Amino acid sequence: MIAYVLRRVLATIPVMLVVAVFVFLMLRLSPADPAAIIAGDSATTEQVAEIRSRLGLDQPILSQFVIWFGKLARGDLGESFFFKKSIVELIGERIEPTLSLAFVTIVLAVAIAIPLGVLAAYRQGSWVDRIVMGFSVLGFSVPVFVIGYLLIYLFAIKLGWLPVQGYQRIAQGVGGWLERLILPALTLSVIYVALVARMTRTSLLEVLSEDYIRTARAKGQIELKVLFRHALKNAAVPIVTVVGLGVALLIGGVVVTESVYTIPGLGRLTVDAVLARDYPVIQAVILLFSFVYVLINLLIDLSYTLFDPRIRY
Amino acid sequence: MSAQAPSSFVASAAAGRGALRLATRNSGVVIGGLIVLAMIAIAILAPFLGTVDPTEINPALRNKLPGAERTIRLDDGTTRSSTFIMGSDSLGRDVYSRVLYGARISLVIGASVALLSVAGGLAIGMIAGYFRWADAVVMRIMDGLMAIPAILLAIALVSLSRAGLLAVIVAITIPEIPRVVRLVRSIVLSVREEPYVEAAVTAGTSVPLLLWRHVLPNTIAPLIVQGTFICASAILVEAILSFLGIGIPTSTPTWGNIMAEGRQFFRIFPHNIFFPGVFLALTVLAINMLGDGLRDALDPKMAKRV
Amino acid sequence: MADPVLALDDLTVSLPAHGDRARAVENLSFTVGPGEIVCVVGESGSGKSVTAQAVMGLLPKGQLSLTGGSIRLLGDELATKSAAELRALRGSRMAMVFQEPMTALNPVIRIGDQIGEALEIHTSLSGADKRARVLDIMRAVQLPDVEALIDAYPHQLSGGQRQRVMIASAIILDPALLIADEPTTALDVTTQAQILRLIRELQVRRNTGVLFITHDFGVVADIAHRVVVMEKGRVVEIGAKEEVLRRPREAYTRMLIDAVPGLAPPARAAMDQSAVALETRSLSKIYSVGGGFLSLGKGRVVNAAKDVSLTVRRGETLGVVGESGSGKSTVARCVMRLIEPTGGDILVHGENIAHMSSSQLRAHRKRAQIVFQDPYRSLNPRRTIGEAIIEGPVNFGASREQATTRARELMALVGLSPDSLDRYPHQFSGGQRQRICIARALAMEPDILVADEAVSALDVSVQAQVLELLDDVRKRFDLAVLFITHDLRVAAQVCDRIVVMLKGEIVEQGPTAALFRAPQHDYTKKLFAAAPGRDYAFGGRT
Repeated sequence: MIAYVLRRVLATIPVMLVVAVFVFLMLRLSPADPAAIIAGDSATTEQVAEIRSRLGLDQPILSQFVIWFGKLARGDLGESFFFKKSIVELIGERIEPTLSLAFVTIVLAVAIAIPLGVLAAYRQGSWVDRIVMGFSVLGFSVPVFVIGYLLIYLFAIKLGWLPVQGYQRIAQGVGGWLERLILPALTLSVIYVALVARMTRTSLLEVLSEDYIRTARAKGQIELKVLFRHALKNAAVPIVTVVGLGVALLIGGVVVTESVYTIPGLGRLTVDAVLARDYPVIQAVILLFSFVYVLINLLIDLSYTLFDPRIRY
Repeated sequence: MSAQAPSSFVASAAAGRGALRLATRNSGVVIGGLIVLAMIAIAILAPFLGTVDPTEINPALRNKLPGAERTIRLDDGTTRSSTFIMGSDSLGRDVYSRVLYGARISLVIGASVALLSVAGGLAIGMIAGYFRWADAVVMRIMDGLMAIPAILLAIALVSLSRAGLLAVIVAITIPEIPRVVRLVRSIVLSVREEPYVEAAVTAGTSVPLLLWRHVLPNTIAPLIVQGTFICASAILVEAILSFLGIGIPTSTPTWGNIMAEGRQFFRIFPHNIFFPGVFLALTVLAINMLGDGLRDALDPKMAKRV
Repeated sequence: MADPVLALDDLTVSLPAHGDRARAVENLSFTVGPGEIVCVVGESGSGKSVTAQAVMGLLPKGQLSLTGGSIRLLGDELATKSAAELRALRGSRMAMVFQEPMTALNPVIRIGDQIGEALEIHTSLSGADKRARVLDIMRAVQLPDVEALIDAYPHQLSGGQRQRVMIASAIILDPALLIADEPTTALDVTTQAQILRLIRELQVRRNTGVLFITHDFGVVADIAHRVVVMEKGRVVEIGAKEEVLRRPREAYTRMLIDAVPGLAPPARAAMDQSAVALETRSLSKIYSVGGGFLSLGKGRVVNAAKDVSLTVRRGETLGVVGESGSGKSTVARCVMRLIEPTGGDILVHGENIAHMSSSQLRAHRKRAQIVFQDPYRSLNPRRTIGEAIIEGPVNFGASREQATTRARELMALVGLSPDSLDRYPHQFSGGQRQRICIARALAMEPDILVADEAVSALDVSVQAQVLELLDDVRKRFDLAVLFITHDLRVAAQVCDRIVVMLKGEIVEQGPTAALFRAPQHDYTKKLFAAAPGRDYAFGGRT
């Protein structure tokens, strides 16, 4: 058990290392000269050279990496060109809205998706199943921002029930915080619900065709208990796995949703950094999001032991 | 996963035609396929569908509602009136023309990303699946790439170069490749355990021939399905990049660009987001339906894996 | 006789339209009395499992449906009962044990809870009473250390223990009828013997009527009181065991019984004069499980094969006999160099191929060929059988025309039409595919043929024919045959000498007749004693 945990934890190290190397190389190996892009079209050669040396791009690549990685290991993410301040500080300012949005979305999505998926599997082929599956395909097909604007148009502009845009810190009151998060979280949860509901249905159906389900029926077990006691626990591993993998979609969605609802979070920061060609910030944000993603999936991996006694190796 | 899965649907040339027939009986394949064909027709025939130059700016005709009349003065001095079917944007460009021309970019991007990522993933996945020495290194890199959320990676990649069609295609393709590699690798790993592959080994068949003859055919159906889904997702990602203002240059009519432009006056003129949004969603939906249908028809075992 | 526990009268189960036949089971009538074991025996597609599902009310919805006749359990008609009424009877009055103990138990639920599930469904016992009943029944099925095992999960048990758990959970409420669907087919022969004995003891003590489904006449001989022989959904013959086994009335029954290989080895000429074609010296293969990159836990080491030394001469069949995990297939795969052995030598005509690189091996590939167990996976479904047969010769420089001419001859030799070379594997039956695989192996003109459980997946009537073919090609081409099998009856009939393996090691070897007459090693004795149906002389030829 402890060996399993340790092994999972250690296995994330090479993954994060590859991410770090990739993030580092991305800038160095890009076909265009980042210094020239940052400087803009009207810059002089001297200005470009100045930016290049500020980025450390004029040094040999290996020593660049050692310096960069050394700072990273000490938690120093560098300084933003555009905002002119330390990136750690910048992220600290922006993290609350993003965490709030992600948290509300995951809770909302899982609470909706798993019952929907169970219902669809239980009534396979019925109209309930068709509606759930239809919604799921639709959820994969409509871009996040279109959903966002649809919801804004309907609930904020036409009905006036909820504020159009913006964010209020949780310290200023939970009511206002939640009120402003409902629409963005709904927007963001659509694709997540589609994904998780579909996976729940699929893995339940697969489990329902297993031999031990037939055994339970041969003992005279009622269908509802067959479903919840025998099937759902066996289907749990693929379901929680997809909840974890779905975080990648969620992170992508955060970037867009925060732009639509003008929420001053990390997603918005990412777009601003890209528009301003603020490379240190882009690198830091990618590293941070990837780290969080890997961490969540590590926790998911560890949670398997709760569902499946076979996973203890 | 059982490698008997592929063998159950294309057992022979005759059965292959059977699978095709099965596919055309699937309503998702038929409806999705027809919508996709219609979108391709629209993209190709855009100049002949009553459009005007989609990039022509006309400050006098800004922000017209759908159905508004306009009068165009032709070179010979006569005038002709026509309708803004979908209104005009804040620069006076005809949204109908822009939406129709926008189909071109979306479809080109969807198709190229699908082809490139499937081809790249197939080559890398075959190598990783068959050669142990390559496997560890390749899969470490793929795991690392997959740890970066796809849209974020695409955003970062486009930010590195001056945005253009090619840059966008490459930026969307790279995050897709690891998923294809994983799929192909898992197929290769299970197929190489099949007794008929081992029989070919004992018959002295060389490795390239073995891969070509016995392994590759098993990857085709799953890759067609996967490629369809990649195509759908690539169209969405391109729209997101353009919408965020970091994709294809804003002067080019793409659905994402039209919507990005429409954000500004969204409260008053929601049609600038509505029309391209419907076209985009319909196209992606059709491709996804096509993919789901193909999966059910070609690869029943994979259907279980989502 | 007392009133029957189960009475089937004119039972008919229909298949969905467009199948290869309209009914899975047709006009089936027989009874099972209290304390009686009725064996339903038949080859694949005989409808024996469908009969069991029909009685339990567990026919797959939308695929099979009960369309006629009656099923009476203790005089109570089941055919007209509602789903809820049937559910109340399942697990209480009638219960079922399935074939695969690996998959028939829920992997995430504790053993005790699975055994006690029927109590929970059909009774209102308190928690403590339930636990006591579960422990009782666990002792009754002779599970060891029940206090610990009750909280274990299925994966922590051996195959035989799992099947005991299945039986315990089926009989905990003392059902009048127990249906056992091939309950020992997935088990090793020694485990099978124990489970059969257990079923017999429990059934006598509790006076349970047992409907026992099997394909194995050895098992029938060991356990049945009465026998129902089925073919293609119909009853061929019903009678007392002695009658059916010793004096079958129907030709079909006689054919099946004659096809079962006998346990008495026929006389065979010794082969010690001919040249040694294949020899292994101290062959070993070690797998490390759970080890590898970044592993912290102790990697377990498994000796799949250890110090295996054997020789096969030309014209001789050497049998490698053992239960699952004995390492017999590992030896076959090493000899074929599908895997590289960890240590030792593999000499093919004196040349050591144990550690050759894949390019060096190419020349060796021609000399040794293999036939696998699963006829459905041994041929590439996308390629014609002609392409499969000529693949090897073409690799070694034959022209397509030459190779095809040869393939036509080989098809005739294995008893198939030479004109069917352009057909695909799915157009052939399992037995025909094994013939094709033999033809494919022969196309390479090998002098060593490895048969890895090559007849194990086949019905007994087909098995006899394929065995005959294998023996025929051995003689004709003077082949050295390495014959891997778990089936002592098959080994007795076709092998000149036998090697018995246990946990990766050879425990005994010798000429077949001597080994069967006087086994020396304890394990060999145990293995022979466990062979079902020892008291019946099967095999028309012996």
